[in-house]
Amino acid sequence: MEKGEERILEQMLIAAIEGDERAYVAFLDAVAKLLRTWLRRKVRHGTLDVEDVVQETLLAIHLKRHTWRSGEPVRPWIFAIANHKLIDAIRRHGRLPLADSPALEEIEAMQVEVPQGWEIDRALEVLTPGQRSVVTAVSIEGSSIQETARDLGMKETAVRVALHRGLAAIAKRFGRT
Amino acid sequence: METNELIKALAADTRRPGLPLGRAWIAAVAAAVLVAAGVFFVLLGPRPDAQEALSTVRFVFKFVFTIALAVAAYRLAVAVSRPGGDLRAALSGMLVAPFLLAFSVLLELVAVPSTNWTARLVGTNSTVCLTFVPLIGGIPLVVLLLAMRHGAPVNATAAGAVTGLLAGGIAATFYAAHCPDDSPLFVAVWYPLAIAILASLGALLGRLCLRW
Repeated sequence: MEKGEERILEQMLIAAIEGDERAYVAFLDAVAKLLRTWLRRKVRHGTLDVEDVVQETLLAIHLKRHTWRSGEPVRPWIFAIANHKLIDAIRRHGRLPLADSPALEEIEAMQVEVPQGWEIDRALEVLTPGQRSVVTAVSIEGSSIQETARDLGMKETAVRVALHRGLAAIAKRFGRT
Repeated sequence: METNELIKALAADTRRPGLPLGRAWIAAVAAAVLVAAGVFFVLLGPRPDAQEALSTVRFVFKFVFTIALAVAAYRLAVAVSRPGGDLRAALSGMLVAPFLLAFSVLLELVAVPSTNWTARLVGTNSTVCLTFVPLIGGIPLVVLLLAMRHGAPVNATAAGAVTGLLAGGIAATFYAAHCPDDSPLFVAVWYPLAIAILASLGALLGRLCLRW
């Protein structure tokens, strides 16, 4: 089973790198599922949201997809990236006070770090207004590049640049806002 | 933003992915060697008797050592820059240069009377070695760190140190053509020290700029 899954992942990734958008969506969907299963087994403490790590890993896979060498197995590459991002996330959350720390009442009084939505939404806030409207249009509203260009009165190339820079900026700020 | 919404945005970002990592490394090493050669020929140049020295074992061995180190460090750097890469082969390759060096030191200790050991070890050029290897390798280190940054190293500090070893191997190869001290005793003490300066610098810079 695993061999077959590996083959399918590899074929989807190759098609995606050649510019097949539909294959890329299928690839990222499959990776998201793999990551969820893997992370649920690994993450035991409550403050860390598995979906945050899934999203951060997908962003990293996208921006670092040139580090995969065709012919190499895809899964070890994916999990190495995921592990790197998971360790990062645990380290960040390690800075939060633990529930059994002695100054619990004090901390509760301070209302430290009430998680508001997902980390990606906080990262979105640091984008330039132009980048944010492009990223939101393409992701949440599900518009195509062409529709986004028309709605925002921008050139298509400008939309593509804003999308790419916006995603890179989100990846950079993820969890650090 | 839901994950399936993020996936839509990622898939729509169809700009060509970055330069394949293997090619980025080849370009970076070519640039690093050119820069190192430029700095070497401007600042030092080969020693006057380099041509004749090529027929002596000790002179030639210096290049065997530095090139063995540079090749092994290159393989390790490429492996480290790829997530999920298998490091075992590249790591064991790193043993070759130290082994060659230890072997040559043994031969030298047999060939040379013990009264001359200290003089050969101290040599005449150790300060030049410790100064110019880092000087020749400084800009190449920055160029090579760009390639490492293009990759995705999991451990930023270690990846920086490996990049420093590669820059050190390249710089020491050029420096060896200048240095009049050919004894393995000299090479075994001062070359590793000079290369370690670049490796530490690489580790430091790596910590700062190789996170992703």
